[in-house]
Amino acid sequence: MGMSLQQIVFGVLSIISIISALGVILSKNPVTSVLCLIVTFFTIAGHYIMLNAQFLAVVHIIVYAGAIMVLFLFVIMLMNLNAEIEPQKRNWLKYAGAISGGALLLVLLGALREADVTPLQPGSTDIGLISNLGKTLFSQYVVPFEVSSILFLSAMVGAVVIGKREA
Amino acid sequence: MPVQYYIFLSIALFCIGVMGVLMRRNAIIIFMCVELMLNAVNLLLVAFSKMWADAGRVDAGGAQIFVFFIMVVAAAEVAAGLAIIVMVYRNSQSVDINIMNRLKN
Repeated sequence: MGMSLQQIVFGVLSIISIISALGVILSKNPVTSVLCLIVTFFTIAGHYIMLNAQFLAVVHIIVYAGAIMVLFLFVIMLMNLNAEIEPQKRNWLKYAGAISGGALLLVLLGALREADVTPLQPGSTDIGLISNLGKTLFSQYVVPFEVSSILFLSAMVGAVVIGKREA
Repeated sequence: MPVQYYIFLSIALFCIGVMGVLMRRNAIIIFMCVELMLNAVNLLLVAFSKMWADAGRVDAGGAQIFVFFIMVVAAAEVAAGLAIIVMVYRNSQSVDINIMNRLKN
């Protein structure tokens, strides 16, 4: 049975995203972690395009790779953390964390292995296009949209207040 | 293509994020792992959105609106959280989370 092009692209993107996600948690250098996370975000944007969510893919790249990760990189560079400063005194905590995460992985995989869901059709849909999403956003979800602007304002004020140097 | 593939990928990314939160002690890395978990959930929401759109639901775009709002909240969260981390670093010259347990006394 040959694999379709969609499955090949999915497989390549998934392998890259899982390897770079592992790189985030295993690398010693925080800057390497940030770069691995950016690679993960780009592969997730690729998945969004595969799933006909073009608008979300663009927003994802702009917001995450463009704004959030630059902020992380900025903070790391500002605090001069790119040297390895993480002394691991208790090694068993690391193993306990890995084992608990692996146990969660096994439980979720076992629970959802035989989930009865309909397969995705290879054809494209137009729900992810910006005109459709914009109509939905500004008619049905306009109140949450406005509330999120207040959230942004309060987050901005909070960040300034927290980051202000005490006089 | 089965939706299960996307479910498995999201579970793997989410569990890698959980492992990172439990294993690392650098507050910035932990914060990044939280972002990774948010993204795993977003990916799953988008996959289910495609599934319902294929099934003929006209309101399947609502899931993508939901993902959009999760991104909005994540951006606000990063702004506030990084300010807190910078403040912790300024007060104690370290971002090791083990020094933050003085809150309990």
